[in-house]
Amino acid sequence: MSDQTREIHMQVMWNRLISVVEEQAMTLLRTAFSTSVREAGDLSAGVFDPAGRMLAQAVTGTPGHVNTMAEAVLHFIAEIGRENMFPGDTYVTNDPWQGTGHLHDITMVSPSFKGDTLVGFFACTAHVVDVGGRGFGADGKSVYEEGIQIPIMKFAERGVVNADLVRILRTNVREANQVVGDFYSLAACNDVGHNRLIAMMEEIGLDTLDDLGDFIFARTRAATLERIAALPRGAWTNVMVTDGYDTPVKLMATLETRGETVNVDFGGTDGISRWGINVPIIYTKAYACYAMKCVVAPDIPNNWASLEPFTVSSPENILNAPRPAPVSLRHVFGHMVPDLVLGALAQALPGKILAEGSGALWNIHMSVRPAAGQDGRRAEILMFNSGGMGARPEQDGLNATAFPSGVMTMPIEATEHTGPVVIWRKELRPDSAGDGQYRGGLGQIIEIAPAEGHEFDFSAMFDRIQNAPRGRDGGQNGAPGMAALDDGTRLKPKGWQHVPAGRKLVLHLPGGGGYGDPALRDPQARANDILKGYLSGDRK
Amino acid sequence: MTSSIRLGADIGGTFTDIALDLRGKIISTKVLTNYTAPEQAILDGMDIVLADAGIGYADLEIVIHGTTLATNALIERRGARTAFVTTEGFRDVIEMRTESRFDQYDLNLTLPTPLVPREDRFTVAGRIGAQGQELAALDEAALEAIADQIASGGYGAVAIGFIHAYLNPAHEARAREIIGAKVDLPISVSSEVSPQMREFERFNTVCANAYVRPQMASYLDRLQVRLAEKGATCPVFMIHSGGGLVSVETAAEFPVRLVESGPAGGAIFAADVARRFGLEKVVSYDMGGTTAKICLIEDFAPKTARSFEVARTTRFAKGSGMPISIPVIEMIEIGAGGGSIAWVDAMGRIQTGPESAASEPGPACYQRGGQRPAITDADLILGKLDPDNFAGGAIKLSTDLAAGAIAAHVGDRLGLSAQSAAFGIGEVVDENMANAARVHAVENGKNISDNMMVAFGGAAPLHAARLCEKLGIDRCLIPPGAGVGSAIGFLKAPFGYESLASRIIGLSTFDAATVNGLIADLKTTAEGFVRQGTEGKILCEIVAFMRYRGQGWEIPVPLPDRAFTAADVELIRTRFLDAYARFFGRAIDGLSGLEIEIVTISVKAADERPAPEPATLTHGSRSFSAPQSRAVFDPSSASVLQTGIVARDSLAPGDRVSGPAVVVERETSTVVTAPFDVVMQSDGSLLMLRKEIV
Repeated sequence: MSDQTREIHMQVMWNRLISVVEEQAMTLLRTAFSTSVREAGDLSAGVFDPAGRMLAQAVTGTPGHVNTMAEAVLHFIAEIGRENMFPGDTYVTNDPWQGTGHLHDITMVSPSFKGDTLVGFFACTAHVVDVGGRGFGADGKSVYEEGIQIPIMKFAERGVVNADLVRILRTNVREANQVVGDFYSLAACNDVGHNRLIAMMEEIGLDTLDDLGDFIFARTRAATLERIAALPRGAWTNVMVTDGYDTPVKLMATLETRGETVNVDFGGTDGISRWGINVPIIYTKAYACYAMKCVVAPDIPNNWASLEPFTVSSPENILNAPRPAPVSLRHVFGHMVPDLVLGALAQALPGKILAEGSGALWNIHMSVRPAAGQDGRRAEILMFNSGGMGARPEQDGLNATAFPSGVMTMPIEATEHTGPVVIWRKELRPDSAGDGQYRGGLGQIIEIAPAEGHEFDFSAMFDRIQNAPRGRDGGQNGAPGMAALDDGTRLKPKGWQHVPAGRKLVLHLPGGGGYGDPALRDPQARANDILKGYLSGDRK
Repeated sequence: MTSSIRLGADIGGTFTDIALDLRGKIISTKVLTNYTAPEQAILDGMDIVLADAGIGYADLEIVIHGTTLATNALIERRGARTAFVTTEGFRDVIEMRTESRFDQYDLNLTLPTPLVPREDRFTVAGRIGAQGQELAALDEAALEAIADQIASGGYGAVAIGFIHAYLNPAHEARAREIIGAKVDLPISVSSEVSPQMREFERFNTVCANAYVRPQMASYLDRLQVRLAEKGATCPVFMIHSGGGLVSVETAAEFPVRLVESGPAGGAIFAADVARRFGLEKVVSYDMGGTTAKICLIEDFAPKTARSFEVARTTRFAKGSGMPISIPVIEMIEIGAGGGSIAWVDAMGRIQTGPESAASEPGPACYQRGGQRPAITDADLILGKLDPDNFAGGAIKLSTDLAAGAIAAHVGDRLGLSAQSAAFGIGEVVDENMANAARVHAVENGKNISDNMMVAFGGAAPLHAARLCEKLGIDRCLIPPGAGVGSAIGFLKAPFGYESLASRIIGLSTFDAATVNGLIADLKTTAEGFVRQGTEGKILCEIVAFMRYRGQGWEIPVPLPDRAFTAADVELIRTRFLDAYARFFGRAIDGLSGLEIEIVTISVKAADERPAPEPATLTHGSRSFSAPQSRAVFDPSSASVLQTGIVARDSLAPGDRVSGPAVVVERETSTVVTAPFDVVMQSDGSLLMLRKEIV
């Protein structure tokens, strides 16, 4: 084969490999039970070489799993051992430190054999409805209280599912059918990837992925290093204070460009919390890398070579919490990491980086039951909601849009079918955007009541209530959030709390920070904000 | 059917296609679309084909029309200023969308602006619950005030969309009465336009309907008047996105149903070919200048879906457009056409599209100033096109300009010769189409290689064989008239309408009477529309969209068209489990007690179409040797092969030409790659089939 033809073959196969993982992700999306997967896209899928290096990752999915999965595969290879791997195997774990940061995320890895030869691995991750323990919330004192722990083990060997694991699982989780269903969905999606890969290798006449991997990694590495070389050299530090569980938590990051790498160090960050808001470093790293890639190399696909130059380091603290720290709500601070890192990057690249936004999703997990003495239903309901994004250097911020998370909200009509609640309001929150030459995105207002004759407890997973999203380069802060009952009772940002029958839960989600001096804002844009009621000023 | 005189008219982005079926003989033409007076282009085209046929307007028995005008109005935002009245607390549903970004890594992303701006959205108290019960009474006094505001506000249309109205339309109906009493404007309500759960999709759909309604009503009016002036006395029917025909009156009331009607015609065209040859599993492949469209056709009917996305703003990216939840022929469309531009990304990877050279300036080889290489340029360099005989010799193609553009933008950057770079461009665009087809099949629980391909559209015959190689497909049909496929497809469409209703029905609490009542209502609606066009027998297809409780994606489960009894629960359960296993490989073991539920029921009513004249595929009896040859690049061997050149009209039925070969005709060329042969069929179709098939 001539060099020219080889070049084209390699390009075509790379393209095909990305399609293979898209098919894998699509299968998971279609079969998953978990609300956060099927409605919100909280999943990831990828293909790896036999050494555990990621070759390609599905675009479908959320950044939280960027390279958490990549590292997980190495743990699987070490733990299971090549000699114990057989065609038809599927391995599983939900270990927060070896998987993706909390027990709710199930990671599955399947070896891909062509004949007797191990040619690669498929991995996927998804958030399941329940893992037992205290449920999805911040109140566990250690990971032992947060649910069942599944060490790296076989879910299936040579195609036969581990029945003991399934029985233990059934006994330990609240929604056994849905959770077991999701285990099957995860395994099935790896099967789809495997079948497609083998079909591709047979069609093209490949025995291994070695040459293709070398090609992908060489091209990606060169492109990534070129971008890194274009960054200024130096170190920049940013500090951000967040609400925490009951006391404020300081996060600190120092971004340093050195040689061919960019490192973020989280030294100076507050220590491990007593509550389940700690973050395993693997998840911190995922969101730190995501933030850096968005700015430095947004068009370069995720694989081992494109992620390798981005590194993190940290002493033990809330962003690098070792076992057995409680980590159930690790996403709240995980979602703050991009704004933290971008704040440091903004000093290196002035005029290029957006202002702070709402950051963490305002997730609500509701446990609804009939009020005392009433008939009714019980239900577990999860909602994802987003505040405003920060203003960009040349555009207003996006209203009520998730960043950094990649998830979608659910229709309220679907949520009301899930259980006995009524959502009375879900609309933009006027006057919440940080002013600036470009304003932040608006937050939103949500009002939820238990259906008549019901009450609910809910797990709050909110932040930016005491600490507003900050503006940049003269832009003003976005409005902080607020959680209360409709009688005015203020609620805490985190932890399980009660909404009695007849009351409404009222949430004001934060608005994004503004960018640049408000005096420079185009008067036409300001008039438009008043016309639309984004600013209540003159209209009422 | 063959004794009638029917005319199909398809208004597309560039061309308006007219196809006349004169007692079985097809006469067609293409004229340029007229944006200021779209009906004028139709009449111009009709004048041509009627003169050709030697008949007059009065001889026509039916005119069937499909148009991209509604789609264009949405894309270009040229609709009426619309007032949207919605439930208090939900003013921003169409603006907040899914609260997500369609591209995770683009921090400068712009989201599409809502069809109705915030200042034109009015809210009113009153609330229906998830069981259809009234939670709060409608605030009629507030509605009166809103009606006054709308009356004096300079609006051109009104949309009404309330939460859970698909379950209980009472508040919407009352709101229409109150507003209608004070406002003389067309009013669209969500429970009629799109009675499906999911408020963002439903609200956006009713707003889109209202938005395009005045413009479409006026256009359809003008068209009918002009046709009558010309002497036509026949009825005009419109093709809708689901592939059936509706009356002009229905179309004027629900114009959102006309969105994507042109591509629907293409799918019906392919379905008709499938029926003629008795092909149960077909994938249709339509490639034009800007995009390629792929649709699965099973048992002679295109697959349909309950919603789709139009007016994508960014690179055809999923999520960058707006959702429309109406029954639609399901297809995927990607930015891969003859005019798609090839470029090189940061990793040195060749990429194609979605940017297109369009018709102006066109690909570099058109010699109209295009500097960047398009797919057509690569096709020319690879020898797939004859530079002196393109479009019947009407356009001279410059090989030098094509080679120069490819070298400058692709070859030089990668150290590839112009020919190798052209090969790379061709491989990438074919691979992109193959990947899209594969993922689409997976989404529908199908295996793409089980299908036969039907290829049409100007660029499809150039790429179909290589696409079949990549997809593991053994046979591909290229029917005659493929250049005006959609307009011909219109002639084959049934009078048909699909009604849907969302109701969550758990099988453990299945109540046959409720389900029978619901289906009866849906039938009355759907058959009512069909009756406007036909006296014939009406067939109904009942489909339940079902899932395990807790899942979010429903799969279609066909049900028998008859009254159900309590005992039918087992039948429905079994059909669901079968369908589930077909989609996802294995049903889930050991899920005792997990509820299975119906989420939406659909009734598709259509009149019984006369079967097309059946034909049998022939694999060829005589080998035909090409009279001449030229050098054409063969992708599977990555080398230039001496390739036979055959004129399509020189082939008689049963003639088999061995690949590699190129079959040329006025509008396009069919490239038969080395693994394939090609056989002329009795109806003028070309069948490409793998050499080993005899």
